[in-house]
Parts: sequence; structure tokens; C-alpha cells
Amino acid sequence: MQEISLNILDIVQNSIKAGADLVGIGIVTRNGLMTVTISDNGCGMDEEQVRNVTDPFFTTRTTRRVGLGVPFFKMSAEMTGGSFSIRSEKGVGTTVTAVFDTTHIDCMPLGDINETIFLLVTQNSCDFLYTRETDSASFTLDTRQFREILGGIPLSSPEVAAFVKEFIAENSPD
Amino acid sequence: MKSLEELRALKDKMQGKIGIRHDSDTEVKVVVGMATCGIAAGARPVLAAFTDELAKRGLNHVAVTQTGCIGICQYEPVVEVYVQGQEKVTYVKMTPQKALRVVNDHIVNGNVVTEYTIGANMNK
Repeated sequence: MQEISLNILDIVQNSIKAGADLVGIGIVTRNGLMTVTISDNGCGMDEEQVRNVTDPFFTTRTTRRVGLGVPFFKMSAEMTGGSFSIRSEKGVGTTVTAVFDTTHIDCMPLGDINETIFLLVTQNSCDFLYTRETDSASFTLDTRQFREILGGIPLSSPEVAAFVKEFIAENSPD
Repeated sequence: MKSLEELRALKDKMQGKIGIRHDSDTEVKVVVGMATCGIAAGARPVLAAFTDELAKRGLNHVAVTQTGCIGICQYEPVVEVYVQGQEKVTYVKMTPQKALRVVNDHIVNGNVVTEYTIGANMNK
């Protein structure tokens, strides 16, 4: 992975796979520290799974025997001197938190987070609550609000998707 | 600046016109592999290229969806195209440029881009 925003896209796939109907994505940058939180109300994991999830040779999928998504995310945070944690409860959901020291030479760029968020919110049927905070600005996108306004019109319809793309580009802080 | 007010106006405008896609109208399905392997190999810009190009051309009968790892990570980014009544076509090592060609040649004109398929890339 070359960008933290790609890690985020990858980790959110786990929430979607877990059957979440609401996924929270928070990115808060303050004083050179960036905290990324991904929380969902999906099926959650039992204690043993939580213990094993950062092990690259543990996976639930059957197509191959490695699972690198969470280990990659953990590694990219820890190599900046940051931290990583995962909390989960069966039947309740999972929260993944990673802290990056953005001033560290090994910190990957956040990258095109707008594209990650745009694709997630327009290409999935679950809801997203995205918050982006920096020292000087903050931005929130709640797809439940969007859907309420849209009635039955899908977020993936071209006109709406084009709106969402511009909405993110114009309102989200860099 | 785009606001929710504007979304409301857009909705009112759209409601007046027919032709909004419902999943049941879908005749073509484009499935992009978005597991760790796919994303690391560049699936995000490929997915973005498909959604952009289909929107630009107003191809409302095509649905773009995502899937996890299908087990051929060395060929990622992998894209499967399902056309109703035809056999599935698996494209491998995709790029945004290749995605545009797949939309134009395969989805619009019905000609499979053989050189991008897994069959043509198996021994490379």
C-alpha cells in the first residue's frame, strides 16, 4: 500500500463484509498526529479472533491462507512511532484505531482520501458517517442524511454520484 | 460550495424524469476485486475509472459492484464483466486506461478485449 487512504479503503471492506449497516470513518489531524478510527456495527469478532487478527497468517477467507489487511494497517501506523488497537464484541461491532505521527519520515501520505470516501459511499448499500478534522477545519458526511433527502434515488446514480464527488472535494479540508 | 440544499434541488429535478436505474434493470455487471491484494495492486483507480466512464456515457444499465479476494492475487487488479446471457469474462492486471477500453469495446460494442483477459495473460 502506498497511501493511508488505501489502507482505510481496505479496512472498511472488513466492516462491509461483517454485514455492518453503519460504518464510521474518522480522520483527525492535530499537532502532527493523525488518528484514524474505523468503527462498525457488523457481526464483530470473538476474543480469539481479535487476538489473531493482526497475525498475517490468520484469515477467515478460504481462497488463500494469509490475511494482510489489518497487519498492513498496523504496520503503517507503528512504523511512524504511532499505535494501533482493535476492539470488538460479537454481535455488537468492531472499532479499529490507528495513530500516525505525520512528521515521521516513514509516515505514508494520507493520499487521495476523497476518492476512497467517494467510492465507499456511492458504491455500497450500507451507510457511512465520515468525519475529517484538522487544526483549522472540520467536515462531516452522513449518508443517512443524503438518503433521507434522496428518497429512493440511489447514491450510485450518475447525477447523485457527481454531486457527492464535488461535495467532498469542495467541503473537505486538505 | 455544494450543500445539502443543492442535493434537495437535484432530487426534485431527477424525480421528474424517468429512467433512474433500479438494480433489477441491470443487464451488465462489472465486478472489481477490492480485497487487500486488489487495492494494493491499484484497484481503486480502476474502480473509479469504471464509475466515471459509465456515468459520462450515461450507461444506466450497467452496475458496478465490488468483491473480495477471488484467489488470483498475482493477476490483480481483477475485473469480471457479466453480460446477461453470455459467459463471464475475467480481465486481469487492469489499469484505468484498460478500463476505458473495456467500457468502449466490450460493454458498449460487445467485443471482448481478448488481450486483457486472464486466458491471454496466463503464461506471462
